[in-house]
Amino acid sequence: MSHYLFYILSTLSIISALLVVFSRVPVYSVLWLVVCFFTIAGHYIMLNAQFLAIVHIIVYAGAIMVLFLFVVMLLNLNKENEQHKINWVKFAAVISGGILFLTLIAAMKSSDLGTYSLPIKSEIGFVQNVGMKLFTDYVLPFELSSVLFLSAMIGAVVLAKKEKS
Amino acid sequence: MGETTLQAIPQNWYLLLSTFLFCIGVIGVLFRRNAIIILMCVELMLNAVNLLLVSFSAYANNADGQVFVFFIMVVAAAEVAVGLALLVSIYRNVMSTDIDVLSKLKG
Repeated sequence: MSHYLFYILSTLSIISALLVVFSRVPVYSVLWLVVCFFTIAGHYIMLNAQFLAIVHIIVYAGAIMVLFLFVVMLLNLNKENEQHKINWVKFAAVISGGILFLTLIAAMKSSDLGTYSLPIKSEIGFVQNVGMKLFTDYVLPFELSSVLFLSAMIGAVVLAKKEKS
Repeated sequence: MGETTLQAIPQNWYLLLSTFLFCIGVIGVLFRRNAIIILMCVELMLNAVNLLLVSFSAYANNADGQVFVFFIMVVAAAEVAVGLALLVSIYRNVMSTDIDVLSKLKG
């Protein structure tokens, strides 16, 4: 049962990721990326990371992709007028991506992953456990990330502000 | 809900899937000329890494990996906010998001 679920989710995520790259209209790319994020959230649920799945949907599908969609519509890119790269550059891109894939696969083949035993009962993905980790061991990075957000916010406002001419 | 359902799924499959998604992201960055699509492919690569971290965290029964995923999400959100603001301000100046137009630094 879980095998079939894994196959279906993986196929969906790979197909939608490919469509992100190869669809002509930018808005379709954004929407396919949303589909891809939902399938990845499904993988998180299968891996017993329920809280992370919800946060993933809220942050990515809810905030980041809406931002992308706003910018695509704001810049009026909703048409197929993109200049495409010349053919040999596209070919080289696909070839180098494939070579990277093969290299990583070869590296994985030679590594030993059989040391982890699968947990029968797993509650590490629950909000209680993740929250305990976050607010005890990782409280300093957590607070520093608020500074990062503040600087990102100020940077975004300053950059996107209309310049006085 | 505590019962895990993935007893039979080997972890190599998650490794394969996230490697494949990462490589699709790399191909997208090299393949497209629209800067927004390139940013989206960077998001795709970050998500492939997140998936790998979550799978290792689940199989090793250790919540540290999931905390790392939180921080990757934080950095991704900040990166998108600044990147899109940069794109909007570039678009105002050159009326295009084509990366081949943005070659002023080449001299």
